[in-house]
Amino acid sequence: MTGSDLVMYEEEFRRIDVELQKLHQQANAKVVFLVDKNGQLIASAGETHDIDTTSLASLTAGNIAATGGIARLLGEKEFTILFHEGEKDNIHISLIGQRIILVVIFDGRSSLGLVRLRVKKASETLTRIFEEITQKVEKDRGEGKLEESLFAEISDEDIDNLFR
Amino acid sequence: MSFINYSSREINCKIVYYGPGLCGKTTNLQYIYRRTNPDQKGKLISLATETERTLFFDFLPLALGDIKGFKIRFHLYTVPGQVFYAASRKLILKGVDGVVFVGDSQIERMDSNLESYEDLRINLNEQGYELEKLPFAIQYNKRDLPNVVPVAEMDKLLNKRRVPYFEAVAVTGKGVFETLKAVAKQVLFELKKHY
Repeated sequence: MTGSDLVMYEEEFRRIDVELQKLHQQANAKVVFLVDKNGQLIASAGETHDIDTTSLASLTAGNIAATGGIARLLGEKEFTILFHEGEKDNIHISLIGQRIILVVIFDGRSSLGLVRLRVKKASETLTRIFEEITQKVEKDRGEGKLEESLFAEISDEDIDNLFR
Repeated sequence: MSFINYSSREINCKIVYYGPGLCGKTTNLQYIYRRTNPDQKGKLISLATETERTLFFDFLPLALGDIKGFKIRFHLYTVPGQVFYAASRKLILKGVDGVVFVGDSQIERMDSNLESYEDLRINLNEQGYELEKLPFAIQYNKRDLPNVVPVAEMDKLLNKRRVPYFEAVAVTGKGVFETLKAVAKQVLFELKKHY
């Protein structure tokens, strides 16, 4: 566990949320969500109440990992877009930067072409935001701000209490 | 590679259960799932073959509680133990924060234990990790069976790093939560060290 941990602050989270809401609307999607490549849900927009987003996040990351494995066997670096077509719902999965997965679930009210177009635009903005997050975390870590903010306050007793 | 979200006040960490085929990794997760309050857990997802052997992974999200207003969530994964699913095993170790090695205590499974342990070390290296530096706990499972190797001997073979180890009977739950606690604690202490 080193500098590659993902740290998300309020301000960037809001910007990501705004971008996801926009994509949800403009792509006529049912649900839009962002997942870390390790399977952790970062943010979501749309009709998420009926969906087990945690499991979906983990399985999506597994799917991307497996597809990455297939790509390498074929001599490709990565397949950046996955698309699954269902009877009612379809799912469009794309890689943003090297670390984040953007998932769009849509039905007959939208189309693959529209989703691809909107995802492309949103990806550019999201890539910028995640670059800024990385820079900010590195800066804060360098200045020791992360230490002051949360973990320094966690005592051994707090950790022990979790398991009582 | 944990995920700390200051906005939703959550800390997410990934723990992987590793070990040879049929050693009881899935059984560990099934027991944790059965014994956890519904509000603390998500669904147990098992991607298994028709014979119930794990094909890709099992997944169980677990919310342990709060520390300083931050919800602590552990994402538990198992890998497929059968030798020929090597590619899947490698993928699941991506972004791991802590590892549990489940050893099968039966005499005839000692070679498989050693092989799996070595496989874990190599696969971690390929992902840029060192087993020696990761939060790690070992479980000696199936202690209820008649043909088991003494714990001291297993420990000599498998526990080179002298990490916490536990005797277990995963089907009855013996040692299951003790093992999870040991690795989860190390993961949180490690986070504390780095931030």
